[in-house]
Amino acid sequence: MNAPAVAAPITAQAFKSDYKPIWCPGCGDYSVLSSFTKAFAKLDLRPENIAVVSGIGCSSRIPAYTNCYGFHGVHGRSLAAASGLKVARPDLTVVVASGDGDGYSIGGNHFLHACRRNVDLTYVVMDNHVYGMTKGQPSPTTEPDWDSKLSPGGTGLRTFHPLVIALAAGANFVARAFSGDPNGTADIIADAIRTPGFSFVEILSPCVTFRPEQREWKQLVRPAPVTTTDDAARAARRIMTDDGFNIGVLYKGARKPYQPPIGKGKKQPSDLEAEFAI
Amino acid sequence: MSTKKSSKGSPKKSAGASGKKAATPGSAGTPKRAASKAVKPAPIASASEFMAHAYAMEAEAAERYAEFADSMEVHNNPEVAELFRKLSRIEQRHADQILEQMGWKQSPVASGNYRWKGTEGPETADPTELHYLMQPYHALQIALINEKRARDFFAHLAKSTTNAGVRKGALEMRDEEAEHVRLIEEWLKRTPVPDSNWEIDPDPPVLSD
Repeated sequence: MNAPAVAAPITAQAFKSDYKPIWCPGCGDYSVLSSFTKAFAKLDLRPENIAVVSGIGCSSRIPAYTNCYGFHGVHGRSLAAASGLKVARPDLTVVVASGDGDGYSIGGNHFLHACRRNVDLTYVVMDNHVYGMTKGQPSPTTEPDWDSKLSPGGTGLRTFHPLVIALAAGANFVARAFSGDPNGTADIIADAIRTPGFSFVEILSPCVTFRPEQREWKQLVRPAPVTTTDDAARAARRIMTDDGFNIGVLYKGARKPYQPPIGKGKKQPSDLEAEFAI
Repeated sequence: MSTKKSSKGSPKKSAGASGKKAATPGSAGTPKRAASKAVKPAPIASASEFMAHAYAMEAEAAERYAEFADSMEVHNNPEVAELFRKLSRIEQRHADQILEQMGWKQSPVASGNYRWKGTEGPETADPTELHYLMQPYHALQIALINEKRARDFFAHLAKSTTNAGVRKGALEMRDEEAEHVRLIEEWLKRTPVPDSNWEIDPDPPVLSD
């Protein structure tokens, strides 16, 4: 009798599609793509078992650059699409890609409720503190005094604090990473995927075109000087008092993910179709 | 390391909208790497582990140069794309030679478990140094920095290790990287130096500037 064939492990490179990214040269998102594929390879996943879902923006181009299933959806609505997919197909690994504009502004409400719902998703937000695709408008995480042609004198608005908001809303895993550390970021993404429930990973990903000063981030980031906690209040205090450059898994909880039963006693699509028959 | 870049034209200035001067740590010298680990990495313990690191360094460099080549190709800079492609092929050849020498099908050390001093291998180029209007001279400057960083990595390793096999390998690799530094310096001498306005684009992609 022949032994069952065992699929060979897939290299990180093999998770990339043939499409060449069109991000600006120097964009941090190139390295985030590399971290995605390294994380998938590290977890020994197969492209046909992964769905990468995104909204709109530079970072949201990522699904096309992988050879996994992909859905490049509506602005700010990636989490809604991803939640539906994961609930219907819990066997898939669902990773959601977004940016600070798509995720925190247009999709801000979905972000809150995805944290609260705790569907088993990994939400990766590439944060560069600017709307890059639409030519450099301030985003929710832009500093209030960022002076540019499109925001003379700065917006004067308080910045959105995504990690604390994720904690307050119930995310089960909260981490901050840096695109300039692709291997470290891959480890964090892999950890986020492995952790059941809603995992939120904010990646500082410089926009060298509209925020050239973000090249300095590589000098500012550092491993968080504390170990991961399972106490959300303690994690929130730490995040509120750091300078935004501590990298690592900052919170890991143990909430049970939301997953309704599938198929048993529920209507099938054909039943629904019958109800609408004329 | 003191690989001060020429002020003649490092690919540093972005077509930024802010009007602020770009923060360009790379333009002042060898780009520093952010510390990746909270604790000091354990030393490389054996000659085999050393070769795995040497392999990873070359493979990571090849991958990054290929990524740069793709980026330049997409941004209609075929000359620099070809140069990065060539650098990628060279690094990949070095990586393949190590595999062949060791009789490995793949590296025995998993990706992410390498003991770099910073976040990436010493020969891996810094992506934030790219510019869509960069010229071959700039690409070679980036390569020169990487080769110097690799040479210094092996030199430091040779000095600091207590393992004779690791020291022997590190000294060989240091000399090899020093030769690459020399070759790139020669290459740079044959390459036209960009004029001071190389980054000026009469029709820039950043409309708000």
